[in-house]
Amino acid sequence: MPPLTGSKPASDARTLVPPGRRLCEVTENRAAGGYRIFSALDESGPEPRAGQFYMLAAADGWGQRTGRPYLPRAFSVAEATPADGGLRLHFLVEAVGPGTERLAGLRAGEGLWVTGPLGRPFSVPGDLASGVTGAILVGGGIGLAPLAILRRQLGERGVPLRTLVGFRDREHSGGVDELFSCCEVRLASEDGHAGHRGYVTDLLAVLLEGDDAPTAVVYACGPPAMLEVVRALCSERGVTAELAMETPMACGFGACFGCAVPLAAGGYMRLCSDGPVVNAADIETALVAGSGHRACGR
Amino acid sequence: MDLRVEIAGLHLDHPVINGSGTFDAIAARRAFGDALLAAFPFSMFVSKTITPEARAGNPPPRIFETPAGMINSIGLPNKGLEGFLAQDLPQLAELPVPLCVSVMATSHGEFARLVEAVAARDEVAALELNISCPNVESGLIVGEQAPETLSLLQTVRPITAKPLIVKLTPNVADPAAIARAAGEGGADAVSLVNTLKATAFAPGSTEPWLGAGRGGLSGPAIRPVALEQVRSVAASVSIPIIGMGGIESGADALDFLATGAAVVAVGTANFRDPLAGARVRAELEAALASAGLASPQDLGERIAASTST
Repeated sequence: MPPLTGSKPASDARTLVPPGRRLCEVTENRAAGGYRIFSALDESGPEPRAGQFYMLAAADGWGQRTGRPYLPRAFSVAEATPADGGLRLHFLVEAVGPGTERLAGLRAGEGLWVTGPLGRPFSVPGDLASGVTGAILVGGGIGLAPLAILRRQLGERGVPLRTLVGFRDREHSGGVDELFSCCEVRLASEDGHAGHRGYVTDLLAVLLEGDDAPTAVVYACGPPAMLEVVRALCSERGVTAELAMETPMACGFGACFGCAVPLAAGGYMRLCSDGPVVNAADIETALVAGSGHRACGR
Repeated sequence: MDLRVEIAGLHLDHPVINGSGTFDAIAARRAFGDALLAAFPFSMFVSKTITPEARAGNPPPRIFETPAGMINSIGLPNKGLEGFLAQDLPQLAELPVPLCVSVMATSHGEFARLVEAVAARDEVAALELNISCPNVESGLIVGEQAPETLSLLQTVRPITAKPLIVKLTPNVADPAAIARAAGEGGADAVSLVNTLKATAFAPGSTEPWLGAGRGGLSGPAIRPVALEQVRSVAASVSIPIIGMGGIESGADALDFLATGAAVVAVGTANFRDPLAGARVRAELEAALASAGLASPQDLGERIAASTST
């Protein structure tokens, strides 16, 4: 693989993860608008960093009737909170396939197989570019999940933040009240049910016209089409951006080579271990064949 | 229980190894640290296949989930011989188990060059020949033709005394014929099965989902096919067999051992749990004990006794 062109900051140092999957107990599953947030108690894993993900599979009813789901599902962690006996991990889910349907239906007390936290997290702004004073977080749909923990972790460092979140419509929205209760979020929705009628990237484009845009970095997670607009806008304006991406993924720890994402320099990265957070300068497009809503690994 | 096995002159602590291309020990160690070495799930590590020159692999998407399995068309991304020897081999040599390097080339000359360079390294205990590839000189898939397989073995066998394991493709009418050719050519063992040719459509269309158009099926979905192929090969050759295909539990592993495999490999199950191999090994030990057996050899002797009477 050719070397990545974007900066590989010092903060890339990984948290070591217990080898093997571990059984966690589901503690809660609640509605969050059109999505659900389920939580599990992780008794032995390290604290995740924003942008990292877990491979998840229900301990029971995972492929037992139809043979699917077979593989675990990759989920960015939305938040991790200290709890009695470990860490409570929170995940945002929308049921769009056999795996996400099963996870969305988890009940408190059920078992959840967990491997992680895995992958390269978001960088801190100062490691990405010099002279950076703030951050713009851009989330689309279910992709707002990793921005919640990122917002908290950057907030703890005193980084000034603006958060933009977009949804398709009322049915495909949720999680803002639950995951961003602390702070201001600017909303966009394609059907106009909340905030600006249009795309969240419209809001980003306006922000990037401002004088302070060159001193900000952009962190984004959402559907491939949204990420591609973010990538193109930031590239045009010379703004550093990190994108949390998704592709069909079998293992999550570099074993299967299934999650290939083409690199601008040629060749491919493995999104699970070289990502899932990718410097936008390293890729030519965020529109990777096989990723997105209709992908097989849901 | 004494789980040690001997295969092709290799002394292994237990009979569970990994299938080539289903576990990247270097990437896994990056994620899990040295705790992985302490809990290393396999008694031998089989590398991802290396080719003479570096390969980027196939365009995405590369995987498709099926009922009880998956289709992959990864395309053998690897650093090439030079990159492997310089970058990967020193890291793989730190693993606590013997190393088997999987190699593939598209001509006898290139295969010979790979085998010679890899076998010369002290860190390498054995080589696996991935013969699910075309021979550009004949245009035929080596592993689908007994004469091609024999001819390749005749080329590479004289190069090294180290164990040569031939990885068989299941995509043939008579895998035992290919196994016999491998044995005749001097192979020390055969491993089977590789993936079954498979295809899948993108949701709601009749366009292929996979970037490369088609791929190979693995996982529990293929286990009965694999078990029958291992049985038919075991009935036909005297060299030892590494059996694999959808093994997920100790009971599955026992089935493969009972049908004639000396060693089993865990493949796709690794994707579900990085330590799946360790669980299979523990369950196998329990399964052997509950069958009243003291070791995998005991099982082999019981089978030999039952087939000779």
